Amino acid sequence: MAKHGMRVIVLTYLLFLLILPIGLIGWRTFGDGPGPFIDALTTHSALHAFQVTLVVAGWAVVLNTLFGVLAALLLVRHDFPGKRLLSALIDLPLAVSPVVVGLALILVYGAFSPAGGWLEGRGIQIIFSTPGMVLATVFVCLPLVVRSIVPVLEEMGDEQEQAAQTLGAGGWQTFRRITLPGIRAALGYGIVLSLARALGEYGAVAVVSGRTVDQTQTLTLFVEERFENFDVQASYAAALALAVIAVASLLATKLLRPKDGS
Amino acid sequence: MAIEIRDVNKSFGEAAVLRDVSVDVASGSLTALLGPSGGGKSTLLRVIAGLERPDSGQVLISGKDATRLPPQRRGVGFVFQHYAAFKHMTVFENVAFGLKIRKRPKPEIKKRVEELLELVHLDQFAARYPAQLSGGQRQRMALARALAVNPEVLLLDEPFGALDAQVRKELRTWLRRLHDEVHVTTVFVTHDQEEAIEVADTIVVLADGVVQQAGAPGDIYDNPASPFVMRFLGPVTEIGGRLLRPHDVVISTEPGPGTRPAVITRVVRLGFETRVEFQVREPGEPGEEHPAWAQMTRESAGRLSAEAGTEVHVRPSVQAATVPAS
Repeated sequence: MAKHGMRVIVLTYLLFLLILPIGLIGWRTFGDGPGPFIDALTTHSALHAFQVTLVVAGWAVVLNTLFGVLAALLLVRHDFPGKRLLSALIDLPLAVSPVVVGLALILVYGAFSPAGGWLEGRGIQIIFSTPGMVLATVFVCLPLVVRSIVPVLEEMGDEQEQAAQTLGAGGWQTFRRITLPGIRAALGYGIVLSLARALGEYGAVAVVSGRTVDQTQTLTLFVEERFENFDVQASYAAALALAVIAVASLLATKLLRPKDGS
Repeated sequence: MAIEIRDVNKSFGEAAVLRDVSVDVASGSLTALLGPSGGGKSTLLRVIAGLERPDSGQVLISGKDATRLPPQRRGVGFVFQHYAAFKHMTVFENVAFGLKIRKRPKPEIKKRVEELLELVHLDQFAARYPAQLSGGQRQRMALARALAVNPEVLLLDEPFGALDAQVRKELRTWLRRLHDEVHVTTVFVTHDQEEAIEVADTIVVLADGVVQQAGAPGDIYDNPASPFVMRFLGPVTEIGGRLLRPHDVVISTEPGPGTRPAVITRVVRLGFETRVEFQVREPGEPGEEHPAWAQMTRESAGRLSAEAGTEVHVRPSVQAATVPAS
């Protein structure tokens, strides 16, 4: 009986928190057939928002993957003073509200700060443009790749890497042929988590983007802006599209995950 | 000399793991680094491989200074206690790894790997993954992988430590035979004195980061340089303030030159050998007794008609190797 009780509790919890809201969005969106849905998503603003989201999320994922692998290797395979501090810093974005992140970025890179002013003098605009949005997204996704890889690297140990070295492999060869295949599944999972998080990021991007329609408007900002302007149809359609992309990428990792060795 | 180690020192933080260690390994020999755990033998092996860098001292491989060379340029093969199998590669790919890195032509790789797999009796398993092999098979694969690149020296870090007793004994004999076939200079680390004596032709006893003694197994067994080496290489007992092997104890019913009175406390028969335990009385120290034991054949124990309570007289045999007990 206890087992049934637990199931009921978990399912009810999920029903009210997850299934019902997302299901309702789907139902609302397709309430009048697929026509309005397609129309709402093919307006110029919607398409542009798609594009901005893809560019920002794409860059953020690429940067975070590179940084994440590097940081994880540093944390697991090397000893240096301040290692615990670095580890704590990497988790910071989980604790800090994205809005704070956005404001902090404006303080550093805004046109009236020394760094921002210097860059602006050279024609590089960070805040209210794509680089700032990429920065904000990178920041909020920072821990995801690192934290997916670290336990796998720890469990793997460094004996395989040392064996490769004694067999003549240099640093890059060892990484590409031994380390990377060992962490591939975890890395893939971390990348998808980052992608899903990057696609859905709202707070930090809202602050640094300036929310200019057709310029710095991402899909999440588009959802919010349409909703505020009583264009509920477009808002729901874009929200559903976001949810579908996120779910699809999560499913993709499950399918892509290779059967480990055996 | 295939490997010359000169005054190597290595510490991890405060702890000195190797202290002024100098060892010579002859070309083509099979050398055991023997010692208790924490004695520095694995660290020494890793220093030879280049996986650890010594704080001071020199490592020469085939006469060339290798102290500053990274592991991939030393020409050593290394076998790890826990195999370090490449989990995502088949047995064939594991063994081929070093050759692939060296960009050898494919047909040559295939031929060499097949040769080696035959040598280690794994030719049936080329397409399997390490997870599908037993511990002994994985270790043989690791050995083939290390041998594939024709290393100048082969280093094995407690190669049989993770295997069960039966497989261990088999692999031991097999390693000795393999070495007689391949003749590559081999150094292996072990804490098992029986393994070292059975397999190696030279033993280096290492404890507390210091070389205690080096030499042929028989030599070290018969002429231990210190009580520590004597205790570590086999069973010991103490008579008259000196350590000796229990099979070097002579028991007689009558007193003679150099004997000490003793009372037998227990007689244990272990197959062909008999273990006689007794309390020795030291002359000049009345009331002082200490336990000791002797190992003898069943026949000589029978001649003595030894049993608990019998008064006897004990002494070291004439040819006994002894060292002061402290």
